[in-house]
Amino acid sequence: MWLDRLWQGVIDTFLMVGVSSLIALLLGIPLAVILVTSDKGGIYQAPLVNRVLGAFVNLFRSIPFLILMVALIPFTRLIVGTTYGVWAAVVPLTIAATPFFARIAEVSLREVDHGLIEAAQAMGCRRWHIVWHVLLPESLPGIVGGFTITLVTMINSSAMAGAIGAGGLGDIAYRYGYQRFDSQVMLTVIVLLVILVAVIQLGGDRLAKGLNKR
Amino acid sequence: MSVVNLQRPREETPRSAEQTELHPELNRAHVRFIGLGKTYEGREGPVHALQGIDLAIQRGEVFGIIGRSGAGKSSLIRTINRLEQPSSGRVLIDQVDIGEFDENRLVELRRRIGMIFQHFNLMSAKTVWQNVELPLKVAGVPKLQREQKVRELLDLVGLRDKHKAYPAQLSGGQKQRVGIARALVHDPAILLCDEATSALDPETTQSILGLLREINQRLGLTIVLITHEMAVIREICDRVVVLEHGRVVEQGPVWQVFGDPQHEVSRTLLAPLQHALPAELQERLQARPESSESAVVLRLQLTGSAADEPDLAALFSALGGRVRLLQGGVERIQGHALGQLLLSVSGSSLGAEELRQRAGRWAQQVEVLGYVA
Repeated sequence: MWLDRLWQGVIDTFLMVGVSSLIALLLGIPLAVILVTSDKGGIYQAPLVNRVLGAFVNLFRSIPFLILMVALIPFTRLIVGTTYGVWAAVVPLTIAATPFFARIAEVSLREVDHGLIEAAQAMGCRRWHIVWHVLLPESLPGIVGGFTITLVTMINSSAMAGAIGAGGLGDIAYRYGYQRFDSQVMLTVIVLLVILVAVIQLGGDRLAKGLNKR
Repeated sequence: MSVVNLQRPREETPRSAEQTELHPELNRAHVRFIGLGKTYEGREGPVHALQGIDLAIQRGEVFGIIGRSGAGKSSLIRTINRLEQPSSGRVLIDQVDIGEFDENRLVELRRRIGMIFQHFNLMSAKTVWQNVELPLKVAGVPKLQREQKVRELLDLVGLRDKHKAYPAQLSGGQKQRVGIARALVHDPAILLCDEATSALDPETTQSILGLLREINQRLGLTIVLITHEMAVIREICDRVVVLEHGRVVEQGPVWQVFGDPQHEVSRTLLAPLQHALPAELQERLQARPESSESAVVLRLQLTGSAADEPDLAALFSALGGRVRLLQGGVERIQGHALGQLLLSVSGSSLGAEELRQRAGRWAQQVEVLGYVA
């Protein structure tokens, strides 16, 4: 009964967060690499590209998720054919998560010691070698940490999406817990969310620590 | 070891490639800088990091570049593998101008030039093995050959058993050994050392310099190194240039620059290695003799132009009276005896000027520093 509904909520949340974060990971890393390498003094220096891309990222980062979600409704309809349900939530979630994660990954990439890039150039690395063999592996612990933060933030946002009809744990908490004053449901959802976030954070921290050889 | 000195006092420095016929040794030069200049756009107008550098580095020599920080050493050494793009002039490697190289040729050139760094610049996320292997990997060398080469180099630098360690688990000296192995993995003809021992303690510095010398002799590699420590130059270099404000202010064989530095900057850099009068004596030093009992203080400078260390018994008896050694030391650099002796002579029947002249038979430069009561 409501346990089934709860289970469905967990699955929906996983779907929304998982899919949007995965896309954000795949798009965010290249975006971060371009942001870092196209900057002044970068290996693919291109100030115009850097500025345009930077402005774009900032634009999406500055819109609160709730507003972004509403503003993107026509776009969402275009992509998934509906504005209701889990898949409709994935679109705004992805668009919010990608610039968010890209900025965090960018910080990690920038922290790579310039001496390492110089050493790579001196040993005869081409520029894409530097990205692949130096920038990415050296910043991997930071990127993993950043992805953990992104996941947690996306759980947060997905609950918001749930509240306007996307399904998931947020939806259940809102409809059953808040609108029907069922504090048992509310409490269960909260506990589930806390456990989910704790597991993700712990796992992410473990992985980042294991990858960090410094 | 080559000790070709291009800038003998009366000879003019070669200014252009057109003059190479006049200087046959330039045709064999491994690295040549011709009128090299580097200008940065600083906040307060252009900054001249390098100006009018003309140098020739011979094949197989250990060539030192010394100067205070900001003198332009770092920029100069980086023009050899074009990590630094010169603003004017040319860099020739094996008589080929590298100024116009595109990325492909630059990559190829850099594989023939190894480089090691002050802060080692090892990839923290890669093991020792992976660090040494990286230059081969990006060059597309097959796995079997890579393994063989990495093993050979880890043996050379004495780190075979550390191949699974990460850089963070190594000491400074070990990290630099990994850096050396990585730099040599493509069998380069030139090794650039950017302050390679400046972050190491004296003992480790000695062992790294020893390794570099061994590599130079065994592999016949040309080594170009920059440092701000004269001791490093003395230890390993054949020739040295002194840079100041982006210009060459002095150059020559190491023994010559050490024995008889001409420029004030060279003297400043050498000062820590020299034997100075003890402070307590320095205070008591007087310009004129106080009484007939006063002792004359002499400084004998051995500039390396004589073959041997001085015969002390003969020196002392020539000076007469009581001769005391206040401070001093003699060392051999490239087979030349260099150093100085600070002596006090009391109770001699000779005057200061006569003592100075007599001592001149054993030392190239003698100076009367003053008198002590």
